Amino acid sequence: MFVQYLDYLRDVATLNFGETITDNRPVIEIVQNHGGATLTLSVAAFAVALLIGLPLGVIAGRLRDTIPDLVIRVFGIVTYAAPVFYWGLLFQLLFSGILGVLPSSGAASPITIFQVEPVTHILLLDAAIAANGDAVLDVLEHLLMPAMTLGLLLSGIFIRLVRVNVLQSLQGDYIEAARARGIKESRVLRSHALRNALVPVVTVIGLQIALLLSGAILTEATFNWPGIGNELVQYINLRDYAAVQGIITMFAVVVVVVSILIDIVNALIDPRVRY
Amino acid sequence: MSERPSTGSAPGDDVLSVRDLRVWYGTEKGAVRAVDGVSFDLRKGEILGLVGESGCGKSTLGRGLLGLLPAGAARDGEVLFKGTDLLSVPPDRMHRMRGPQLGMIFQEPLTRLNPLMRISEHFEETLRQHRPGIGRDEIREVALEVLRVMGIPPTRYRSYPHEFSGGMRQRLMIALALVLKPAFVVADEPSTALDVLVEAQIIRILHDLRTDFDTSLLLITHNLGIIAEACDRVAVMYAGEIVEIGDAREVFSDPQHSYTRELLRSTISLSTTGLNFIPGAPPDLVDPPPGCHFHPRCPDAMEVCRSTHPVQRVHPNGVRAQCWAADVRDEVPEVASVDTTPLAREEISVADEA
Amino acid sequence: MSTVARRALHRLSSPFRQTTGFARWILLSGLVIVAFFVLVAMLAPWIAPYDFAQTRTDAGERIPKAAPPSAQHWLGTTSFGNYDVFSRVVWGCRTALQVVFTAVLLSLFLGVPLGVVSGFLGGWLDRILVLVMDALYAFPSLLLAIVFSFLLSDQLGGGVISAGVALTVIYVPQYFRVVRNTTVSAREATYVEAARAIGARNHTIMGRYLFGNVIQSVPVIGTLNAADAIGTLAALGFLGIGIQPGDAAEWGYDLQRALPDASAGIWWTGVFPGLAIVLLVTGLTLVGEGLNETMNPTLRRRRLRPFTLPPRGAVAMQAGKGQVDL
Repeated sequence: MFVQYLDYLRDVATLNFGETITDNRPVIEIVQNHGGATLTLSVAAFAVALLIGLPLGVIAGRLRDTIPDLVIRVFGIVTYAAPVFYWGLLFQLLFSGILGVLPSSGAASPITIFQVEPVTHILLLDAAIAANGDAVLDVLEHLLMPAMTLGLLLSGIFIRLVRVNVLQSLQGDYIEAARARGIKESRVLRSHALRNALVPVVTVIGLQIALLLSGAILTEATFNWPGIGNELVQYINLRDYAAVQGIITMFAVVVVVVSILIDIVNALIDPRVRY
Repeated sequence: MSERPSTGSAPGDDVLSVRDLRVWYGTEKGAVRAVDGVSFDLRKGEILGLVGESGCGKSTLGRGLLGLLPAGAARDGEVLFKGTDLLSVPPDRMHRMRGPQLGMIFQEPLTRLNPLMRISEHFEETLRQHRPGIGRDEIREVALEVLRVMGIPPTRYRSYPHEFSGGMRQRLMIALALVLKPAFVVADEPSTALDVLVEAQIIRILHDLRTDFDTSLLLITHNLGIIAEACDRVAVMYAGEIVEIGDAREVFSDPQHSYTRELLRSTISLSTTGLNFIPGAPPDLVDPPPGCHFHPRCPDAMEVCRSTHPVQRVHPNGVRAQCWAADVRDEVPEVASVDTTPLAREEISVADEA
Repeated sequence: MSTVARRALHRLSSPFRQTTGFARWILLSGLVIVAFFVLVAMLAPWIAPYDFAQTRTDAGERIPKAAPPSAQHWLGTTSFGNYDVFSRVVWGCRTALQVVFTAVLLSLFLGVPLGVVSGFLGGWLDRILVLVMDALYAFPSLLLAIVFSFLLSDQLGGGVISAGVALTVIYVPQYFRVVRNTTVSAREATYVEAARAIGARNHTIMGRYLFGNVIQSVPVIGTLNAADAIGTLAALGFLGIGIQPGDAAEWGYDLQRALPDASAGIWWTGVFPGLAIVLLVTGLTLVGEGLNETMNPTLRRRRLRPFTLPPRGAVAMQAGKGQVDL
């Protein structure tokens, strides 16, 4: 058994995550073909989350215990309380079912998929490379709802964490000392409180990778987004144990790698951390 | 009202003139009378020491003068800084005065500097705030000059705060506070967090401020030795009031107020043979003892001390104090009509259990 | 009431008594919401007009498919299997609370003793356990749940117990960590040495210290875990694992089946189960956050009341100042 485990580790190190039972595809091939879609979704969702979460977290921290703070905190709790697929459903209801302005499934319409050549396996980039404006727009249209859904989920966490960090920064003694030197309040907030609050946030962002993964899987299932998560769900339904194990192992490796990267970034940003 | 010790200086020399300053806080238990009617003057280039036990209000007084109190504290009285009443100055003008006119040096230097900013950036921020348009080279010049006076080499200009030792950090704080050459600086226990040798260096630096920078300094501490070394005058504070104020040498050699006397006796030096301490605990600032606040712990307490608050008086040696016992000693005519029977011992032992 | 119970109650309720306006409000509203759901879960058989898999009314008529909310079906009917949405939501509440209760309790009973043993014994056992627990903790909880659900569905079927056990694994590490760290610091604390020096018995000291600290952190961890568990269970149901449709009603499963309805504009099949999830999780989170806010002193701010100084004359009369005319 021990030898089996070593063999397995060696396989993982060479990026061999095994093959699926049902259709004999190497897991690594699944990752190659569908990783781009998951990546696109993740990046887009992150952007949405930062856009919403950072400013709201700062406002909540600055205006502690006032009505805006309360509202923002409740918003943060509710966005995290609702399962990501519920947000997906609500968005689909509104934008596809009632308003009918956005497509509710897939990464692009069949025409686009047919037209665009898979160079990087990232549909958005491939469409851009092919300088196909319609295709790019089509992909973005399809990306909007999934990104908003996943982004909303992540923003809840950001709000809470940014707020706590801003609060703790504002209590810092160097804030009082800066005020004693006559530094204007707006500047104190910007270059002392904010900057110091954001440093741990970088680490926190890295820690959210677990949440991002789970959320991505569920979002892809909700919107039939052709990423790795969607594939995972399909193999789960087929009870294909080898596929499920292979994909989940791959995810675990990603989590570890990202954690290490975050440590490195942290060492670069914070002058107090030196290895 | 207050009188200045007889040093023959003209009124125009006063940098700071405080009259009946009160700083009170509201808490769940009631109003905390941290500063309860304090008056004094400070001349240009003078160092006034402010000494007292923990919790007597000295820190609040220092902060109250500069307006650095937390929200929820109320001030009234008069604080004339070069003719302007600081209590009626609007907040943004106060901001502009802090740095070029007013400065503060804090107790714990480690946490007072932003760990993510280099020293150069701290200076750039301060100088740019008050002298907009100043160029980076000029900032560097000015900063390096003040750092040189503090004994910090220019090679450390771009270091981070955590790369300095405690003593050097405090010197950095002082440099930052003084770079714009303020006329009045409050130093709140600047050396308490430092070890003894470093403490001596810091006190020396503060002492030399008047020659180097022409600054008037309010030096807050609970260490009498520092006062003796560095200060021109000393103010002794108890329960939110100044109970004795005068020339440092005079106060130390011939203390008028019983508290001052007890304080001096409890100081440990090489000639100490027995340990002295003042029995009892510092008074509750929400509901201080009636009459003279010190009476529960005072060995010279009399009946009048419990019933009536002592009056401020200038004593023959030029020191101003408020103490019935001192008045009796000096045979001031007015005390002939007050009750001078010594206070029963029970009063004092009750304070002990407090 | 025994002294142990009384002390536990005192410790547990002390943060509640110490709460000030805002935190107390959060705590209270959270508790109200959770209590409501618990009541619904307990009284499900009497509240729900239909069974969770009932497709005909008691009168024998077929329940219409995808019918909008009406007097007969307050929240409408589903488009899969023709069930009454209201009943499904109520039964789903019972399922959710049963599973979560099982999971949190089990993880408590596994995590706490393991933590004590590991912290107390130390050595290689401790090191291995810590490694395993840290790995489990760092792993995304949904993936963990998927794996264990997969493994257990063969053995334990698709019911409440199976789902509960699958979720347990996710939360054990948290209790383990807290208890282990507390145990280790209790073991090494100098005052333990001092207490031993005066003859107090080893496990009495540790017991008391542990008891106090653990009692303080367990409620917060427990409620936040419960909140997370509801969401994870729903996710499992959404993915088609976890609770199987034949065994019980589950909100997540209902949401998955309601997805196709959304694009068609049918809203009642998805909105209501989802709303239930949001409310319950929010309630639990509010309780957890409320407790946390009161127990975490660094975030507490000393409140200074706004204050005005009384006129000087009034004060002077009290203190006896200026009564002697000079």
